[in-house]
Amino acid sequence: MYIIIVGAGNVGYYLAKTLLGAGHEVLLIERDKRRCDLLRDEFGEVVMRGRGDEIRIMREAGADRADIVVACTGDDEDNLIISQIAKWYFNVPRTVARINDPRNESIFQQLGIDATVSSTNIIYHLIEQEIETGEVIPLAALKRGHIEIVDVELTTRSPVIGKRIRDLPLPPDALIVCIIRQDNAMLPHADTVLEPDDSVIALVSAQSERLLRQVFAEEQEE
Amino acid sequence: MRIVILGCGRTGAALARLMSAEGHKVTLIEWNSDSLERLGGKFTGAVITGNGLDEDVLKKTGIEQADMFVALTEGDNRNLMAAQIARERFHVPKVIAKVNDPIRAEAYRNRGIYTICYSLIGSAMIRDLAHDRPLGSVEEYNVLPPELKD
Repeated sequence: MYIIIVGAGNVGYYLAKTLLGAGHEVLLIERDKRRCDLLRDEFGEVVMRGRGDEIRIMREAGADRADIVVACTGDDEDNLIISQIAKWYFNVPRTVARINDPRNESIFQQLGIDATVSSTNIIYHLIEQEIETGEVIPLAALKRGHIEIVDVELTTRSPVIGKRIRDLPLPPDALIVCIIRQDNAMLPHADTVLEPDDSVIALVSAQSERLLRQVFAEEQEE
Repeated sequence: MRIVILGCGRTGAALARLMSAEGHKVTLIEWNSDSLERLGGKFTGAVITGNGLDEDVLKKTGIEQADMFVALTEGDNRNLMAAQIARERFHVPKVIAKVNDPIRAEAYRNRGIYTICYSLIGSAMIRDLAHDRPLGSVEEYNVLPPELKD
């Protein structure tokens, strides 16, 4: 794939490095001359100096044959305009914009950006998971978020250790679909007994997720 | 008329004074309190301090009831983003953005944002003055001429 990255700060730099390592064709566009000179020592021709919000620069960059344009400068407004120009003028199939203010996520989507990445949001969700549950990790959402796939990591302190699945007070719309034990995926049945370090993969409706968490929740320390 | 102006630079301050002198309800958004000195003593409108791309700040200006939104900061992209938020999120009927880059000004004008490009207007006007030609209209000057495409 041909991927154009606009903005060679830390995010752009490491992204370029990772994508190059995976064998992709990458062009890194940066407007600051000193930063460009520095990066050329490492990346050579992969680095181009210029502004990614200028149509002329993007044409020179070959944006019309790019599969993805990633706008990851430090300014949300620049990332929005870079992505829009890539879409409108060069029909880039996929535009990804970095967002600093997580509240901009929905306006970017409304304005036609394909994907947004907000490190603030990612870190916030990680912290929220830590605080709320400790061990129930959402893996994916199906049916527009009505059904979730979650991973429950059991520890010695989990109240379900030594119990059979048939004896768990599961909500009716929750289904345990897989148990991962020492890197083996097992099909669970009613008599499977849960052990510490098991990963329990479950399907659950969004409204019953909280009930499911309660089944597996560790005793709160006083 | 209710008008929200983003940016109290020279244009923003002058526009705010003009419109408030005509009796319109003007609300200005500006980060930097030093810039507000440009408003002088007669300005009667409101000033909101904050980031004009922040929807909470925009709501404080009463943008939901505004008849017009004008983005006049120093940053083209900032003005274009603010103008799109005003149009798409708050459905302001008349939205205008100052854009210095002639190419970007045309790109967004084609997409329905009314852009004003001083660099186009100024250069076209000076060219006519150089040739001692009668001056054209601002509308004509504001359009990207073929010589500047690319």
